[in-house]
Parts: sequence; structure tokens; C-alpha cells
Amino acid sequence: MKLERELDRPLWYLLPGGVLLAAVTLFPLAHVLWASLERRSVLHGPPRFVGLENYLRLAADERFWNALGNTVYFAAVSVALELLLGLAIALMLARAWRGRALFYGVILLPWAVPTAVSARMWEWMYDAEIGVLNYLAGAHVNWLGSPAWALNAAIAMDVWKSTPFVVLLLLAGLQGIPQDVYRAAAVDGASGWSVLARITLPLLAPVIMVALVFRTIDAFRVFDAIYVLTGGGPADSTETLSIYAYKALFQGLEFGYGSALAVSVFACVGLAALLYARLMREALR
Amino acid sequence: MRPVLRAAGLALVITWCLAPFLWQVITSVRPAAELMSLPPLIPTRLTAEHYAAIFAGHPFLRIIANSALVAACTTLLALAVGAPAAFALALLRVRGRAVILAGVLAISMFPPIATVSPLFLALSALGLHDTLAALVITYTTFSLPLAVWLLTNFFAALPRELYAAARVDGCTAFGAFARVALPLAAPGLLAAGLLTFIFAWNEFLFALTFTATEAARTIPVGIALFPGLHEVPYGEIAAAAVTVTLPVVALACVFQRRIVEGLTAGAVKG
Repeated sequence: MKLERELDRPLWYLLPGGVLLAAVTLFPLAHVLWASLERRSVLHGPPRFVGLENYLRLAADERFWNALGNTVYFAAVSVALELLLGLAIALMLARAWRGRALFYGVILLPWAVPTAVSARMWEWMYDAEIGVLNYLAGAHVNWLGSPAWALNAAIAMDVWKSTPFVVLLLLAGLQGIPQDVYRAAAVDGASGWSVLARITLPLLAPVIMVALVFRTIDAFRVFDAIYVLTGGGPADSTETLSIYAYKALFQGLEFGYGSALAVSVFACVGLAALLYARLMREALR
Repeated sequence: MRPVLRAAGLALVITWCLAPFLWQVITSVRPAAELMSLPPLIPTRLTAEHYAAIFAGHPFLRIIANSALVAACTTLLALAVGAPAAFALALLRVRGRAVILAGVLAISMFPPIATVSPLFLALSALGLHDTLAALVITYTTFSLPLAVWLLTNFFAALPRELYAAARVDGCTAFGAFARVALPLAAPGLLAAGLLTFIFAWNEFLFALTFTATEAARTIPVGIALFPGLHEVPYGEIAAAAVTVTLPVVALACVFQRRIVEGLTAGAVKG
């Protein structure tokens, strides 16, 4: 009886999840924040508190700015393309039609396959000598070997992989728009474009925003797509913040400086989230 | 005119989505001699040599089994931990409910790179380096926010009267959870479970960091680090890629409605 009363308390339902989240996400994050204030590396013996030294080093590190620039470029271009393409595809499919379920199955595929596997697939297609892309295009572009192309090649893969997610979100949003609105617009003789600009897009705005948030945050964290496709090369031209942080931590074994880099990824994602939250609040008002 | 345009657009989208897979399938049955040159686009004869090679020469089956085990355990654990939490958040009186939900959402945005090094040290200290348990613990936690978020939506959508009636009839809160709410939320559990499974099947960064040998290596890392002594064995990689894609294809086809529901539920409502 006592046990039963005890089981009425919400605490017991929330505790296991809370403990896991605290131990596996919050504690490591706090640890990284602390480690970023220390000099910690195999070369320097036991960890020593150095204040903001790692962050000062960050500010003067050209490789950091290069990685930040790559990350921002990757996020901006891939998210913009995914949103535009996704919107076009979703609008094309908005009305119900036969075979729609099958189509969902097809466009889910690029999203569902492990990114590391997709990266190997694309690496093979991008191959400069025997890749199918150059063969079909009749070109001799060294997609992954030239600094000018490599990051764009990674973006193309990300667009392939992530556009389906945007399409599905936007389709769900489109289905939520009441048909009466469109009927009223038709009665008033509105043209296709003005229906799109004045009805569909404004009503879809909240869902577009959600897609934008999800995709931007994912793009800022990008790791496996690029790590497997190019490893950050050639000449660091595809190195993103996550990859630089990973290399500093696990290849350079610089836990202090690597932690500062990891914190910078966290800061970027946090800033993007805050910015969007603010935009959304203003839009609601 | 419009239907024609639409059909053309549709065909284009489907081709764009499937072409890389198709090329992978073609590569996987192409004889080694024809891998090093194009044309011919279509192989002159088909071969199973690459498939035979990945199963004979590499610990490939072990890696697939690892992935399946990790993904299955993660899914079960995430639901076992996530469902009670979601139930409490949706139907019990929880103080600071909005704050908890916002916190869960914030945690779901954490970049894995910001937690990977302390986790690596902690798991190594616990003797869990290069074990499947290390992956299961980490994946369960990182998939928890999504599971809780989705399931809270599902529980909150159940008629409140059902829960109230169960309590009036003498059910404890736990009884109402186990016997009333849980069975009714089965579609939600399925959707959350599928997304968790796919996440665990695909995860790369933690798997790369926490595993060192084939004892705990999972598919994404196995394929990324596919051994190649002198030249990249593209035929075998293609065969491996096709093999590990099949389960995902099966899931996507059979459960596409649930997956789409899970992916979009949180976004459209919240």
C-alpha cells in the first residue's frame, strides 16, 4: 500500500531519465567547460589551470578561423539549398495522389542510410579518375582533391541526404492548412503566385522556421559526413569546427585546447538557437 | 500541361534520391577488372565475388551483429526510461513542467563533440572502453530527449478522462500508466522506437571514439575504416554498403508512415 502511494509521485517517473541526462550530457559538458580553462596535454604533464589562455590561443589561431568559416559556409549554403529544394518539392506534392506512400518510402532512403555509408558512396562517385560523375558529365574535375570543390562536394551530399527531412516537415505543414482558405482565394480569383506568396508561405512560416532550426543546428555540428568523405582535407579546406576539435582532442591529445574548440561548437549552436528563438518570438508578436 | 510537369518533377526527385544507391548496387556486382575504368557503365557480366569477400575475409557479420545489438538495446532502454518520464510530464502534476520540457529540448541540441572527450575518459575509467555497453549508455541518453518529447505529445493527446477514470476505479498512477496509457500510446512508442533505432544504427562520432577493435565496432565505423592496403577496395565497400542499407530500406518501406509521423509530430505541433 505504501509502495503504491509512493508510485504516485512523478519523481520516480522522471528520475531515471534525469540521472542519465545529467550523467551523460550535463556532467561531460561541465567537464569540457572546465577543461577548456586548463592546460591539459600529454606533453605538459598534469593539468594546470590557465584561465582564458586556450581561448586567447583560439582567437589567434588561423586554423580555427578557417574551420569556423568552413562551418558557417557549409551551414548557410546547405541549409539554404535544402530549404529551397524542399519547398519546391513539397509544393509539387502537396495535393494527395496515389502512390504517395511509396514515394515517402523512396525519399526516406537518403535520410535513413548511415551518413558514413553515404559518404563512402559519394566518395566513389566523386572519384576523379573512375568516378561516375566525371564520366557522365564528360569532365575531369577533381571533386574531393581540390580545395575549391571539396567543401561544395560535401554540401551536395548533405543536400541529397537532408532535403527529404525538410520535404516531409513541409508536407506535414501544408496538410495543416485548411482547404477553405484556398477555396476562398479561388473564388476571389487569386492567381497561383499570389496564393503562394500571400497564403501558403505565411501559413507555412512556423513549420519553415522549425525546419530551419533543426537543419541549421545539425549543419553546425556536422562531423561524420565530412570526416568520412574528405577527412577535413585537402589542405584543411573542408575542416569544420567539429573535425578540428576532434583532431585536437584525439589525435593531438590536447585536451585543454581541444575542449576550447568543442566549447566553440557549443557556442555556435547555442547562438543559432537563441537567434531563431528570438526571431520566432518577434514573428509571433 | 501541369500533370506532365509534375510527373517530370516527380521522376527527377525519385532519380536524384535513388541514383547513388543504384550506382552502388551496380558497383557491387561489377567484376574487379571493370572497376578501374569507365565505360562500360553497365558491367559486361555480374559477379558475387565482392559479397563473398566481405563475408569471408572480414569480421563483417560480427560488425553487423554489434550494430543490431546496440540499436535494439538502445531502443528498448530509451523507451523504458523515456515512456515513464513522458507519462509523468503529460498526465501527472509535475512542478516546473515547462522548464523540464525546455531543458530536454535544449539538451537535444547539444553537439556530441562537446561531450565526447569527458565521456571517453569516464567510460575508459569504468573499464567500458571498446564495449557495446559504452555505446548503449551513450545512445540511450542522446536519444532520450527526442523520445520524451514525442511521447509526451502522444500521452498529452490521450483523453484526460481515461486517466481520471482509471484512477477513480482504483488504479494507482503506475497502474494507469502500465495498463491504460501505455497500450494506447503504442503508435507513439513505435514511432519513437523507430527513430531511436535508426539513430543508434547510424551514429558515428561516439562509435569511432569509444571502440577500438571489432569487438564493439559498429557498421558506420566499420565502413568508414574499411581496410584497404594498397588501393581502396571499392567493390567490397559497395557490397558492404548495399548489405547494411537493406535493413534500413526494409524499415523505411514497412514503417514509412510511423517514421514520417515521428519526424513531423514534434515539429508541427510544437
